Amino acid sequence: MALKKHIIDLQVVSVEALGERFVLLKCTDPNAPLPPMMPGQFAQLRVDGSKETFLRRPISINFVDAKQNQIWFLVQLVGAGSRALGRLKEGDTLNALLPLGNGFSMPVSAEKKHLLVGGGVGTAPLLYLGAQMNLMGMRPTFLLGARTKDMLLQMEDFQRVGDVYVTTEDGSAGEKGFVTQHSILFKQHFDRISVCGPSPMMKAVAKFARANSVPCEVSLENMMACGLGACLCCVEKTVKGNVCVCTEGPVFDINELTWE
Amino acid sequence: MANLSTSIGALQMKNPVMTASGTFGYGIEFEDVVDLTAIGGIIVKGTTFLPRQGNDYPRMAETPSGMLNCVGLQNKGVQYFCETIYPKIRKIDTQMIVNVSGSSPEDYARCAECIDALEDIHAIELNISCPNVHDGGMAFGVTTEGASSVVRAVRKAYGKTLIVKLSPNVTDIVSIAKAVEAEGADSVSLINTLMGTAIDIEKRKRMLSIGTGGLSGPCVKPVALRMVYQVAKAVNIPVIGLGGIASATDAIEFIMAGASAIEIGTANFLDPAISAKVAQGINDWLDAHNIASVRDIIGVAE
Repeated sequence: MALKKHIIDLQVVSVEALGERFVLLKCTDPNAPLPPMMPGQFAQLRVDGSKETFLRRPISINFVDAKQNQIWFLVQLVGAGSRALGRLKEGDTLNALLPLGNGFSMPVSAEKKHLLVGGGVGTAPLLYLGAQMNLMGMRPTFLLGARTKDMLLQMEDFQRVGDVYVTTEDGSAGEKGFVTQHSILFKQHFDRISVCGPSPMMKAVAKFARANSVPCEVSLENMMACGLGACLCCVEKTVKGNVCVCTEGPVFDINELTWE
Repeated sequence: MANLSTSIGALQMKNPVMTASGTFGYGIEFEDVVDLTAIGGIIVKGTTFLPRQGNDYPRMAETPSGMLNCVGLQNKGVQYFCETIYPKIRKIDTQMIVNVSGSSPEDYARCAECIDALEDIHAIELNISCPNVHDGGMAFGVTTEGASSVVRAVRKAYGKTLIVKLSPNVTDIVSIAKAVEAEGADSVSLINTLMGTAIDIEKRKRMLSIGTGGLSGPCVKPVALRMVYQVAKAVNIPVIGLGGIASATDAIEFIMAGASAIEIGTANFLDPAISAKVAQGINDWLDAHNIASVRDIIGVAE
């Protein structure tokens, strides 16, 4: 049963710059409780005010704070659209279509060891995923990768939710190298891995998971227009043929994909 | 409350607002966020006789006030539509119309024949103008002979309202419109997308997997409006206008240019509820100007 989708005029509560390349938007619905949303789902955010940013921008749900009725979006400032989102101010309206797509599978029991692997801005949905696992009495393990220490985001939030291990490419924090080289992977056994990050990183983790027979899900971020399965632009090749990432994903079991 | 009802041949619609093929799925994808019964007609995604995988990713590029796409008619085929989708949509209180495509006149006709058997589908829109497939598609829509051959074959196989969607990628759209009218089309809809491209300058590469795509969105509106005006003056069958419509004002422009109904396409991606808002907006404008019926403004632009 899919969760009901809504178009909501969210109100921006705060805009926090995380270094020079990222912005954390905290928003609320001033008129009603936010609808139920699953970790791994995303929102299509409307970016107005410029002919260059014509379409909505798909942004993953970073966190939902039910008590404060807040939804968080972690935005990497890459193009005109994300930079427009980064210029929002407290009190501004942000039109959102949500929740969209399918979330990550939740663990079947609290005893299971669950590893959440994130790279760059791809760490965003893992915070909400970890927090939902906490509600099940489970403390997940995070393995987070970034180019440098400055690009590790929301570390205090992640540490509150789970056990955090880190790699940086320059060795400025945690172990030097890529997430797939981290020693935790070779010291501990995990029952399931959930991954979100750059495509080469997800493919490397998928390869590790397959080699060790660990169930693994990855979250894709193909370019899309509608977010509702209508435009058929965001397709990924799968064992079932071309499918829309927005409706069949963005989270896929690696066995559904045609990755080598 | 103005009278918004309009007709396309024998097809009666409660209002002139339709959703364009390929931008609104089968309608049901949007039912959480818009009242489907507030829409005059829903043209479901392009359907072919056999399933098609479409083109490779990437299939889209954002452009100023618009977008390019090269989806390439991905769909699960007419049998899947009839068995799996039709039972879910047949009772929705609006006109459900199927967009039909093919790679030869016989192929179009076979697909249309399957749709003809569905009692709650009263019209098809023939896509002879898709710029994103090599076999068929736009190849038929850019010559009067090609367009005529498809419409002739389908007209024999399909007895209900037959709408033919025209390509703007031609030197004289009026001659194509007249040719399909002569073969028995009940209506023409225009325009399909304009062929274009976009380049990623860092990669020195075109952004779409097949190099080119169809341009849509507000950027094409003036071109579409001009073509609707020209065609509406030249043919005696009802015209359906589309191309960049994103507001009630846009819709009224097309109606005044001669369109008996309009389709909303790319704007559905920005606001999935836009079609119902445009229908309401047309009503409000008519009321504010004391005009009793939308039919009173069809083609009134000088």
